[in-house]
Amino acid sequence: MREMPLISVEGVSKRFRFPRTASDILTGRPPAAVHALNNVDLEVYRGETLGIVGESGCGKSTLARCLVRLLEPDEGLVRFDGKDISLLRPGERRAFNRRVQMIFQDPYSSLNPRMSVRQVLSEALSVHAMRPKADIPTRITELLGLVRLPADAADRYPHEFSGGQRQRIGIARALAVEPDVLVADELVSALDVSVQAQVINLLLDLQERLKLTVVFVAHDLRLVRHISHRVAVMYLGKVVEISPTEALFAAPRHPYSKALLDAAPELDPSRRTRVAAARGELPNPLDLPAGCLFNTRCPFAFERCFAERPALSARGPAHFAACHLPDFGNPAPETIAAQ
Amino acid sequence: MTVPMPGGGLKVRGLTTTFVTPRGRATVVDGISLDVAPGEIVGLVGESGSGKSITLRSIVRLVREPGKVSGQVEWQGRDLMAMSEADLRKVRGAEIAMIFQEPMTALNPVLPVRLQIEENLSAHTTLDRRARRQRALELMNIVGIPAAERRLDEYPHQFSGGMRQRVMIAIALASSPKLLLADEPTTALDVTIQDQILKLILDLRDRFGMSVLFVTHDLGVVAATCDRMAVMYAGRIVETGTVAQVFAEPHHPYTRGLLGSVPRIGAERSMLLSIEGAPPGLIDLPEGCAFHPRCAFATDRCRAERPPLERFAAGREVACFHHRTVAAMAEAA
Amino acid sequence: MSTGTVQIALPAKRRRALPGTLVGAIIVLGASLAMAFFPGLFAPYDPTAFDYNAIMQAPSAAHPFGTDNFGRDMLSRVIHAYRIDMQIAVFATTAPFVFGTIVGALVGYVGGWAEALFGRVVDAVITFPFLVLVIAIVSVLGPGLGNMYIAVGVIGWVFYARLVAAEIKIQRRLDYADAARGMGYGHTRIIFRHLLPNAITPAVVYWMTDMALAILLGSSLGYLGLGAQPPAAEWGVLIADGKNFMTTAWWVSVFPGIAIVITGLGFSLAGDALADLLRVNR
Repeated sequence: MREMPLISVEGVSKRFRFPRTASDILTGRPPAAVHALNNVDLEVYRGETLGIVGESGCGKSTLARCLVRLLEPDEGLVRFDGKDISLLRPGERRAFNRRVQMIFQDPYSSLNPRMSVRQVLSEALSVHAMRPKADIPTRITELLGLVRLPADAADRYPHEFSGGQRQRIGIARALAVEPDVLVADELVSALDVSVQAQVINLLLDLQERLKLTVVFVAHDLRLVRHISHRVAVMYLGKVVEISPTEALFAAPRHPYSKALLDAAPELDPSRRTRVAAARGELPNPLDLPAGCLFNTRCPFAFERCFAERPALSARGPAHFAACHLPDFGNPAPETIAAQ
Repeated sequence: MTVPMPGGGLKVRGLTTTFVTPRGRATVVDGISLDVAPGEIVGLVGESGSGKSITLRSIVRLVREPGKVSGQVEWQGRDLMAMSEADLRKVRGAEIAMIFQEPMTALNPVLPVRLQIEENLSAHTTLDRRARRQRALELMNIVGIPAAERRLDEYPHQFSGGMRQRVMIAIALASSPKLLLADEPTTALDVTIQDQILKLILDLRDRFGMSVLFVTHDLGVVAATCDRMAVMYAGRIVETGTVAQVFAEPHHPYTRGLLGSVPRIGAERSMLLSIEGAPPGLIDLPEGCAFHPRCAFATDRCRAERPPLERFAAGREVACFHHRTVAAMAEAA
Repeated sequence: MSTGTVQIALPAKRRRALPGTLVGAIIVLGASLAMAFFPGLFAPYDPTAFDYNAIMQAPSAAHPFGTDNFGRDMLSRVIHAYRIDMQIAVFATTAPFVFGTIVGALVGYVGGWAEALFGRVVDAVITFPFLVLVIAIVSVLGPGLGNMYIAVGVIGWVFYARLVAAEIKIQRRLDYADAARGMGYGHTRIIFRHLLPNAITPAVVYWMTDMALAILLGSSLGYLGLGAQPPAAEWGVLIADGKNFMTTAWWVSVFPGIAIVITGLGFSLAGDALADLLRVNR
């Protein structure tokens, strides 16, 4: 029996509708919509890092925004500490906002260009009454030290910082309100490799010291593998596999996870392959395939995959995959799946 | 990176590109020398601002004003730097083709792709109209675009990012180039699509004996694709060698830092070997070795004197006074 | 190279040079304001004093701008007109700027129904030429400066609101706006503390241009007899006074016209200078 999850996502779907066109009205069709999330189930436990990985259009950023309530799901719900976050009263909602913080991808648009670092941090500290007014300057110095920026950074404006330094400011802003959960959406993907490593190190260090729960959303498998305890693989708005990191990387149990792993270039030149890991491209998200969403690209697809959408089912300890082939990728198949 | 090469191939010597800006003079490419042998894929690796893309453009003199290019670029025995603009145009797009990171901006949005492929065919081949149509279809098939016949009449916006890159490659291949200059061609793509495009480039190299100069910031892409590599920092090459050699035993602290910045299997949730600070601006480069402010091995000599790129083993060059120490550290780690 | 304990030094701060347009704007508008507040210091004669010995005199040392059909000194009249015309520039535009900015900020932030409703208001207003609409309203309310301010205010805010709404809509989609929402900040704080400072620049620049346009409008209405009433010295009124003598005494109309042009130029320069100063570094 596991502990109660800190965050649980239950059957969440999210659609982005296009404006109704004249032909929609004439034919009586519902307006076209991108299905960004399709019935996502997920749990985040206290103190862990959950990596959410997938390619563009898989819905990972939409999911991150639903977690911090920047977006409302169309169906399903997100619970934080057992409570449905869409039903929070104003006071509770503010507390929720304080406890679950998001850090954004773009170091250039995520900071208000007209506010100095001091203004950004003292606003967060004073609105949430984190410190008495007199203690705010000291706390700002502390926060800057925490993200390893010099104290004289406080009176500067965002344009005076490099991309990596801006991400540190974004982290300091989130940490100012002493959250329980950090949701990091592509935290380092806009940064150079050497700077990425600095920010990842910082995140690992802060998580240990402040006992944070982290949801790390990224497209880079190596990074996700490096920092996550558990990993969820998303494809077209659905979690197709979720598992402890090592189990997933050792033996992915969903054909898409395997393709994604194989496609990521190895850092070892001697392990070069010449066969492309996945064929084809993403289907049109306006018009999703019936059955399994991966069936247009899956080399193992059979009739059932075109008729029925597989649900997540157990593959091992805390390991789930949504595939009609229960023995796919099984390192020790006891029996050949009887069809 | 210079290897003896009988005829053919690309030979760059002392390539330098400077920009005069209101804030000062920036040497974006500073005395680059490298060779690309026929049928070889060479990776040019560096972070943003390292000058890797400008190096690529300088080779075919495609640098916009106020950039000034000097040095020697020898292509199949001819000096591209001394060539007239008209002669160079016959080389560019014909013997030497380029592909870019964002194919959408490199393709003309208002022309169907058929016209764009045939345009290159009519510029660089003697095929007649009929043969051009035939060849365009062949090229679309070579680069793996499904339903090529129908898709030839579509416009760039109707293609996905990966398919657009394939169209770009088809256009580049139209003239049967001997050298492909690739500027981060997979950076904007998803990993499964990147994988497909990289494998396509490898296949094309084998099939047509093309050389490729591949600019990228992604060491994984280099490991998966290139034969040899050159690492750039602040406009200069700091280390060269075969991909296997450099990955196994980096001799420059920057290369070592770059490799260490990438998470490795078996070291999960450990601190990465990061490089502190950020790359310098090209206008106020540090004295001596440009990397010294970020380097743990730096000594007074590094702060005063700029280390030259020197050969230390067969096919290996490095620009560092302390490269033996660096390599020994890597060994120990 | 370490695992990340070194602190990074920041580059030295750079000061931004003052734009040249600012100097021009300060000279022109400073002089205009000085004449508006202290016309007596600059005007050589009483602007309303008749001098029947000096009727319709061409520009001379005694009367640099000449005199009108009552022998009034044109230079003094043009200088005294600064008071009314600067007043028009400020009064006719400030209320629309403030009100329009607030409405625009709310419309842009709320979007949806508010935007749809506001869109209809914009359509209604821009269907009519601005001047025709103002003339119609002043005709109903009766001529005079007070009614002119009301007429301009009723319509003018729409243009500011439209500018601000469009800009707020762009800003509210940026990550920093989401970051503020994610922090649990209230709507008022997000709109006025975070979004508006980043969205207001076009409206401020337009405000400056609008002041120049207001002077032209005030002069047009003065000319038509719907704005400032004679014998008040107002440039439009002065031009109207001179229109009958245009062929024999060009100076009566031309010098007030030049004053309009120079003041308008001053506001334009101020608009450019503000655009430069308010430009944000990214």
